Amino acid sequence: MTIDWEHFTPWASLAGGLLLGVAAAIFILVNGRILGVSGIVGGLLPPAKGDWAWRLTFVAGVLAAPLLYQLVATPAAVRIDAEPVMIVVAGLLVGIGTRYGSGCTSGHGICGLSRLSPRSVVATVTFMAAGFVTVFVVRHLLA
Amino acid sequence: MTQARISEFVVGLLFGIGLIVSGMTDPGKVLGFLDLAGLWDPSLAFVMGGAVMIGLVAFTVAKKRSATLLGGVLQLPKSTVIDKRLVIGSLLFGAGWGLAGFCPGPALVSLAMGQSKALLFVAAMLAGMKIFTALERRNAKA
Repeated sequence: MTIDWEHFTPWASLAGGLLLGVAAAIFILVNGRILGVSGIVGGLLPPAKGDWAWRLTFVAGVLAAPLLYQLVATPAAVRIDAEPVMIVVAGLLVGIGTRYGSGCTSGHGICGLSRLSPRSVVATVTFMAAGFVTVFVVRHLLA
Repeated sequence: MTQARISEFVVGLLFGIGLIVSGMTDPGKVLGFLDLAGLWDPSLAFVMGGAVMIGLVAFTVAKKRSATLLGGVLQLPKSTVIDKRLVIGSLLFGAGWGLAGFCPGPALVSLAMGQSKALLFVAAMLAGMKIFTALERRNAKA
């Protein structure tokens, strides 16, 4: 294993992670909700009576975040290497998979692990493993 | 009600900013973390570590409370079933995550940053979620 020191950002990533934790903490303690993006968005398709406004306000906040961030700092350049066809396949898999498995990196990953939920530990280990294997196949076997 | 709405928006805002600061909105960085056999970028372990450190405290408190700070219902998940749906769903999600480097939250933030590929990803993701709903409805009828 070779560490990519050039891109390694322990402090920024830790700081960002703490912010994600604070967001999840406020959401459960003030709003009584689990911060799980796939579940929140999925619940809007279609929106159910009496259960859509909180989802929409949360999503509006997420969408407003980069606009606010850009007022004070310039976001780092991003690398999106996947071809459009691959992006579509990936999006479909993420959409179906997160709904079928009841959660993604935020709901199972952050909140589930923090709740010490065995169910979320299994989900997190599983999607991480699938991610590792997929990248290995794409970058080292097919390339 | 108004307080809850403000809180939801602020939570979304903090969450989105956290994703940008942490580097999660850069698919190249995410794939760098998932590429154990190549040049490995361990940063994302720090994202998860930081988030769970706060989360552990918050959920320990939440489990002891019967109501939210606003006096509302505290909705902790009740399901403890580890079944095929959980594992297969997570496998599909992980595969998609590894193909593009996007998971749902960062994809939404990147979309708002004006990334055209993020727009494509979110459109496909929403379509995937719709397909899921349609399949569930069909199975419920059958």
